[in-house]
This record gives sequence, structure tokens and C-alpha cells, in this order.
Amino acid sequence: MNTLVKHRLFWPVTMLVVLLLSNLIFTPGFFKVEVRDGHLYGSLIDIVRFGAPLIMVALGMTLVIATGGIDLSVGSVVAICGALACWRISEQGDQNSVTGVLVAVALALGLALLLGAWNGLLVAVVGIQPIVATLILMVAGRGLAQLITDGQIITVNSSPYKLIGGGYLLTVPFAILVALAVTALAVLLTRRTALGMLIESVGGNAEASRLAGIHSRRITMMAYIVAGLCAGIAGLMISSNVSSADGNNAGLWYELDAILAVVIGGTSLAGGRFSIAGTVVGALLIQTLTTTIYTTGIPPETTLLFKALVVTIVCLVQSPAFRAKVFHGRRRPPSTPAGPATAATEKVEVPA
Amino acid sequence: MTEAILTMTGISKEFPGVKALSEVDFRLLPGEVHALMGENGAGKSTLIKVLTGVYDIDQGDIVLDGEPVRFSGPLQAQHAGVSTVYQEINLCPNLSVAENIFIGREPRFLGHIRWSTVERRARELLRRLQLDIDVSATLGTYSLAVQQMVAIARAIDISAKVLILDEPTSSLDASEVQQLFRVIRQLKEEGIAILFVTHFLDQVYEIADRITVLRNGRLVGEHRTSELTLIDLIGKMIGKELEVLERLEDRPKRLAEDAVPLVDARELGRKGAVAPFSLTIHKGEVVGLAGLLGSGRTEVARLIYGADKADHGQLTVAGRAVTMRGPRTAMANDIAFCSENRRTEGLIEELTVRENIVLAMQATRGWTRPIPRRRQDELVDKYVKALDIRPPNPDALVRNLSGGNQQKVLLARWLITEPRLLILDEPTRGIDIGAKAEIQRLVAQLSDGGMAVLFVSAELEEVLRLSHKVAVLRDRQLIAELPNDDSLDVDRVMETIASGAKP
Repeated sequence: MNTLVKHRLFWPVTMLVVLLLSNLIFTPGFFKVEVRDGHLYGSLIDIVRFGAPLIMVALGMTLVIATGGIDLSVGSVVAICGALACWRISEQGDQNSVTGVLVAVALALGLALLLGAWNGLLVAVVGIQPIVATLILMVAGRGLAQLITDGQIITVNSSPYKLIGGGYLLTVPFAILVALAVTALAVLLTRRTALGMLIESVGGNAEASRLAGIHSRRITMMAYIVAGLCAGIAGLMISSNVSSADGNNAGLWYELDAILAVVIGGTSLAGGRFSIAGTVVGALLIQTLTTTIYTTGIPPETTLLFKALVVTIVCLVQSPAFRAKVFHGRRRPPSTPAGPATAATEKVEVPA
Repeated sequence: MTEAILTMTGISKEFPGVKALSEVDFRLLPGEVHALMGENGAGKSTLIKVLTGVYDIDQGDIVLDGEPVRFSGPLQAQHAGVSTVYQEINLCPNLSVAENIFIGREPRFLGHIRWSTVERRARELLRRLQLDIDVSATLGTYSLAVQQMVAIARAIDISAKVLILDEPTSSLDASEVQQLFRVIRQLKEEGIAILFVTHFLDQVYEIADRITVLRNGRLVGEHRTSELTLIDLIGKMIGKELEVLERLEDRPKRLAEDAVPLVDARELGRKGAVAPFSLTIHKGEVVGLAGLLGSGRTEVARLIYGADKADHGQLTVAGRAVTMRGPRTAMANDIAFCSENRRTEGLIEELTVRENIVLAMQATRGWTRPIPRRRQDELVDKYVKALDIRPPNPDALVRNLSGGNQQKVLLARWLITEPRLLILDEPTRGIDIGAKAEIQRLVAQLSDGGMAVLFVSAELEEVLRLSHKVAVLRDRQLIAELPNDDSLDVDRVMETIASGAKP
């Protein structure tokens, strides 16, 4: 039991379960999952489906944060990629052409890779602080997306494209399958190869890593490229789901939700140790919260406040220092090195 | 006997997988210098951190000045009169000297910090330590020795009943040590109790009144310095006979020289770091670098490894000219480097012992070819055993290991890459006599096995004991290269450093 409580995912998972259970009070059929018209239906499915883009973005963000950096531009990349794909599809004669959609998707993802590489270049090669380097694309990216859409909202009517974010494959929403596949891929890539360890090493101590012969630049670069690609996929999902691209609002403030998901998942903003499973749980938690707000009919003008409140509670419960204070009377928190995660958690509460 | 100002009884502390302290008793009298001795991992640092509230206590009581206390952090301990100067300097290198001394307790007037007072008082304080420096300059621009003095000045200024000095002399040279000791004696006169942790045994006998010895987290005993001989002290610290040390007394034998040196540095240099120097290192040879603090020892080591780029000269490895692009080029030529700053330039503290050990080997293989887990276990087990890394748990976080064991982990990282040249920069600094002897023996063994070693150390005895050849540095210049035959001793090396001329 004790080892279970001490597991790094114990508190995030507990909070997720508590949040899900509390939904039962307002929505008795919350846990019901059924097959309707050959499609899986239910609130739980919706949470994963609408949470898929956030999972994507947060996965990439995890790697970037693990290297000791941060990527503020992911929200803009979401908008740019959605815009590019939709523009390309809207330009072609037959919007339902599968090859046409594939080309559009490939173009968008290619651009996402490039944008990630741009961030990586600024951070790893030029040596700009990550928060400043990615701020450039965060701001400029919105402009780029509006250039592509010409300042309008581009709507498309393409059933192959609709599949990515809104369609089903073998009764399961396609977005969930993509999220599963990319998560599995990320786990394989970081834990079956040495990439995970090298990223943690660079994030833990960049100079020591350099002296141990690690290509810190290459590793850092790779993290930003992956983050770009993941944001690109999320952009496709979002624009596909609504069949339109909005350069202004697509993926707005996504970077903050993603950072929050990473931090809830137990990865320290200081870099080093990261947890992909934790990030997925964190992203699901945030999505559950959003869904809860809709299903329980909380007045729209109080949603932000409500969300902030819940996030604050989640962060506090996860903080060992806070738990020690509240649950163990005057006992002090354990040794100091546990500090950074806690501090990081508290830092991020604000933007939510 | 006077009443103890500080009494600790039955102190126990456990970290995940490590029993750091068990039922340790300790007391401190006012107006005495009390040395806390023990090997690495004996629990010295832990005891200090428990006392100052950095760590929580699992068990035991602390009584300060007749009052039972339990501090929740160094700040609270400080307010109660227990100040600490740590081994690794805990100041802000980006702030000025004066700011560092008064940070958190600046003299104020109507809410505003009175900077002129801050600077004046900082100057006065440092003058008490006979240190005349610009207090408005950034701390980071000064040498480690000066930074250490500033840390001590800060601790002294905070009204202290108990002053803890954790390895204060490890980065000071001989005259600075004397300067510090003068200050310590003065504070002693004022009735302050001083807890002094060091690995330099001669310093203990010079300054300490009493000695408490710890071993493996347990109390071995408390003695008056005058009643404990050096041999007995060492025996108590390592808990075994002294054969380890004696066996090292034989000097290394001179090897037959190969025609082509393994590493040949010709006129290698870097502006602002070290003037162009030439140095050859042969297979199986131990080359010692001697010189005072800041004489350019570390810079020579870093240039040969490529940690810094040379802007002058040429490096040849086994007869082949090498263009140094950085550590990876050095590694490709089988050169390994253990930095003197193991925390900032060596280990990744939040990773495990296993991960730290395989890191360099993994780096050369690239991320796509992970070392199979079974091979990792083999390698790590082998070196944990061979170097006696404690605790022998590959999954322990390196952060929780003691200094000497961290050093061994760093050594293991490079040994598994089987280098031809191993560069060791101060490998025995801040570690105890047992681990020191082990590392010295290891160097001798490696050299017998054909590995070349570049050995940097501030301790001349150590350099002379191990090296075949000693290169002497002064003022960032390599001024002499002395073969280590029977005629060479510490005095002659000192003379060479002092005279600054080639003999």
C-alpha cells in the first residue's frame, strides 16, 4: 500500500478518478459506454476523443520540458497546420479526393517539423533562452496562420479529412487511435532506445552531459522537432473535427494547458526526469475537467474560475509539502531536493 | 568541564535504501573547535544537515543552550545561532559580495535598503578576515577561495553560537588556510563553538581541541585531540588496519618508454586560460600536474580533453594529429576526463547510479543503440563491486550518495569506456582517507595495466606518490617537467614553483 502511495503516478491518477466519480453525482449515466450505429458512444469516450489533441501537444511538451526547455509556440503551430491543411484541401477541385487529403496532411506535418526545427535551432544552436525563442513563433505563428487563411475562417467539406478528428475506425474514434499510436510510439522511442535517458541527462545537467560526450544540441533539437510534429497532428485533429481552420482561435492557450498537463503528470519544469504516462493522465484530467464543466451545467461566466479552483486543488494535493502540512500536522516535508517539482506545480497554477 | 552548548542524542536518519545515521550522539562545548571525522558516507554531512534542519530527523533529540530544538530549515537554525558554511559554496555568484553577505537581512531604513551601510559593513567584515576586495563586484568574478571566505564572513556576521564549517579548506591554498585558522582561533576566544569537518588530518591536529569519529552512520567515539594519535584516528575512521596506506608507499616503477608517445601536446594553449605548453604522455605512464590553486592545472587538463577549445598548437594521439572539436573527439581517441567539479560538470544527480555509469558509453553509441539491460547490469555490478560503491544499489539516486562514492561513480563511468588516457582532475578532493587510498591504488593499477593517466591534485605528496613524471605549473604556464626519481621530493617541487624557473 505504501509503495502504491509513493508511486509517482498515484496522486494524478487519484485526482482523475475522483473527478470522474464526482461526475456520477450530476450525471448518473456518466460511465455508460455503448455502441450506437457502429460507433462507440459515451462521456468517457468523449473525454478521450476531445482530449486527444491535448495529449498530442502535451507529449511533445514533455520531451521539451525534460530537456530543461519550454515550447510556447505549440498553440500557434496547431493553428498553422490546421490552416495549411484546410487551405490546401479547399483549393483542390474534389475535396473528397483521398490523395488530395493525404498531400495536404503531409504538407501540414512537414511544415510542423520545420517549425519545430526552427525552435530547436534557436534554442540549441543559437542559444536563445527557450521561453524567448519559442515566444517568437508563438506570436509570429498566429500571423502566419492568418496569412494562410487570408484572415478568414476556411471551411472544408471533405469526408476523408473529417476522419482524422471526427471519424471512426472499427467503432473507435479515429483521434483516439492516433493518440494511442503516438503515445505508444513516444514510449517506445524514449524507453526502448536510449533517447529518454539522454534527454533526462541533458535536462538534468547540460554541461556534465556535454563532457560525457552527449550531443546535447542534437538531443535538444530532436525534442523541439517532436514537439512541433505533435502540435501539427493536434492541429489536424482540431481543424478536422470542426471542418474549418481559424487562424486566430485554433489552439489558443493550448501551450498553457499542455504545460499544465506535463506538470500534473509529475515532470519537473526544471528538466530531467519525465513521465509520458503522467502527461497522458494530466491531459485526461484537464479534459475531464472541461467536460465536467459542460455536463454539470456550470454557468459559463464562472467556468474559468471553477477550472482554476480545481487545478489549484489538484496541484496542492500533489505537492508533498502541502500534504505534509495538512495531513501530518507539524511534520516537515522530506529532504529539499523534492522541492523543484512542487515549486513548479505552484508556478503554473496561475495561467489556468 | 563547561556545560555543552549543543547536545545531540540518539540521532537516526534514513534515506530510501540508505541508513545514513543510526543513534548518533554528539556534543559541542562553547569555545572549542571540534572536528567531525569519518570516511565518505560515514554520515558527517548528514549529521550537519540534520542539525541545521535541512533534513528532518527520524529519531533523536537536539538540545541547544538548554532548550530542546528541532529546526525546520537552515534559516531557523541561523536565527537560533547555528550558522553553516557548506563544502560547496551556497552563495549567489551573480550578486555582489556585499549583497551576498547581507542577503535576506539587509539593514533598512523606512523599508529601503541602505546600500552604503551594506557595503561599509561588508568591507569591515572582510577586513576582519584580512581580505581586502571590492565588495561591490560580482561574487562570481572571484576565485573559489575568496568566495569561501565571503561565505565564512556571512556566517560569522550572523550572530553565531555554533559555527559549522563543512570542508572549508578544500579549495584554499596553504596561506589562505592559515588565514582562516587565525580567524577560527579568534572566534574560539570569543566563546563560539566551532564544528569543523575536513579530510585534511594535519589540519585537524593543528586546530581541533576534540574529535568525534563516525563510521557507517554510527558513532565510533569522542576524543581529545591530544590523546588520540594519528594512526589511531585513521584506524577508527576506516575500521581496519593501515596496510592499505602502507602498500602505497612503494613508488611506481618507471616503464620502458615507447618511441611514440600516446598523447603529444605541442604548444597547446588558449588565451586567458593557459600559455602554450608541450607535454607528452606515454602508455602506462602517470603524469602528475603540480602547482598552486589557479596555476592552470585544470586548464591544461581541459585543453587535452577538448572541454575547452585550444586556439594554439597541435595535439597528436598515438602519432596521429587530431583536430579537437570537443569532448566527443577526445572520446573517439579514447581519452576520458573526470572533472574536479563532480556535481556541476560530472554527475547527473537526479539519475541513478546505473544511468550515470553507462552514460558516457551510451553517448558514444548514440541514442539509437541502447546498451542492453543485461550488459548494463553486468558492467554496473562489476564496477560497483570493484570500486566498492556504497550503497551497492544501482538504482539509488546519485544525489543521495556521499562525495567519495559519487567520485567512484564518475570514475566507473569512464573506466567502462576503457580509455587509453584517463585525465583525473582532483579526484581525491573532499573525500576521506580510505576512499583516497582506494583511488590512488586504482590509479597505480590502471597504469600497471597500460593506461596512461594525467593526474591533477593540489596535494603534492599524492602527486609524487603516483606519478612517473611531474609537470609543474605556475601563473598559467608550464614551467618545468621533472622526472620522478629518488631525488624528487615535495621540497624540490615547492622550490620549482617558488623560483618559477626551469631547474
